[in-house]
Amino acid sequence: MRARILGLAATAACLAMPVYAAVMLGDAAGSYTISQAGSAIRFTIGKAGGGGFDGAFARFKGTIRIDNNDVGRSKVDLTIYPESVATGQGRIDAFLRSDAVFDAANSPEIQFRSTSVTRTSDTTALVTGRLTARGKTFAEKFTAELDGLKGGTIKFHVTGKVLRSRYGMDVGTPLYSNVVDFDMTLTGKRG
Amino acid sequence: MVQQRWSHMRPLTNTPTRYSWATILLHWLIALIFIGQLVLGFVMVRIESQRAAFELIQLHKSFGFLLLGLIILRIAWRLGNKAPPLPPSVGALERRTAPLAHLALYAFQLALPLSGWALVSVSTLEIPSMPFNLFVMPNLPLIESDAAEGFWAAVHWYLAYAGAALVALHVAAALRHHFLLRDQVLTRMITPSSAGE
Repeated sequence: MRARILGLAATAACLAMPVYAAVMLGDAAGSYTISQAGSAIRFTIGKAGGGGFDGAFARFKGTIRIDNNDVGRSKVDLTIYPESVATGQGRIDAFLRSDAVFDAANSPEIQFRSTSVTRTSDTTALVTGRLTARGKTFAEKFTAELDGLKGGTIKFHVTGKVLRSRYGMDVGTPLYSNVVDFDMTLTGKRG
Repeated sequence: MVQQRWSHMRPLTNTPTRYSWATILLHWLIALIFIGQLVLGFVMVRIESQRAAFELIQLHKSFGFLLLGLIILRIAWRLGNKAPPLPPSVGALERRTAPLAHLALYAFQLALPLSGWALVSVSTLEIPSMPFNLFVMPNLPLIESDAAEGFWAAVHWYLAYAGAALVALHVAAALRHHFLLRDQVLTRMITPSSAGE
């Protein structure tokens, strides 16, 4: 009797593993508005001779829509305001905002619109989309990892590499790497 | 036979009365870069476009390191090669001051790139130096701070203005020799020594 109960529990546990993920995804289905509180969009650019410099965008907005039945039909929209770039060094911030890099005065928004979402594991997905900056649009891909879901709040850890030269921001290469490493924490609130 | 053939060619080193082509080449190459650097330095901090300013500053750094290498070579060359004496017509005052002016020119050509190197080394912008995108030039072992950056920027500026004044004096003296005194002081820095001189 005792053995049967244990066996049953073990079977249930085995079943529960994938079921749990599926349930989580089911729970996650819905529309989320990305909130600046709890979110961060950080980036790093490597430097010749080692090291690099880090920055972050303080202002952005976006939505995450997770499809109930088909994760592949989920969508992510993100708008970043390059004017809000901050590196901790005022002179570098001014340089980044200027027409040398973002030209924030004439191109106040950087936009990402997902075109496909491919689930790569229980908690990860590859998000492909179109990134527009300074009037140029290219396909980019990011890896999203589900970091938590509690109440109506969902959290993703998103990473990806973008070649800045394609967006007319190649200033300083090869002194500074052409590859921009993004590391984002996106917190979405349902509704 | 070989000896004889060589004697017909222009010697690499200075002769007692004339500069060699190597000395002349170094002189004009450095002159071109030095004056170019003064102009570039003046323009790069006034230009409107931040992008152009950034690129021009990197170019200024590249030429600065090249200049530093060339001037070290030139000083070594000068120490190993006696300069021909001034013509007998040159007065006592110039005979005493000209070597001092030349010494000062060497000192400025050395101090200017070094102060620029110190400036980029202490700058809180931490922009690496990569002469002509060829290799990473390490920073001087100095501690970075806004205060140190301000100090070295000022030193670099004052040296540049004083250096520009010194170059102007040097050019004026050369032109005076050529057009007023009508001696060989300028032309011997243009035409290399040849065999038999």
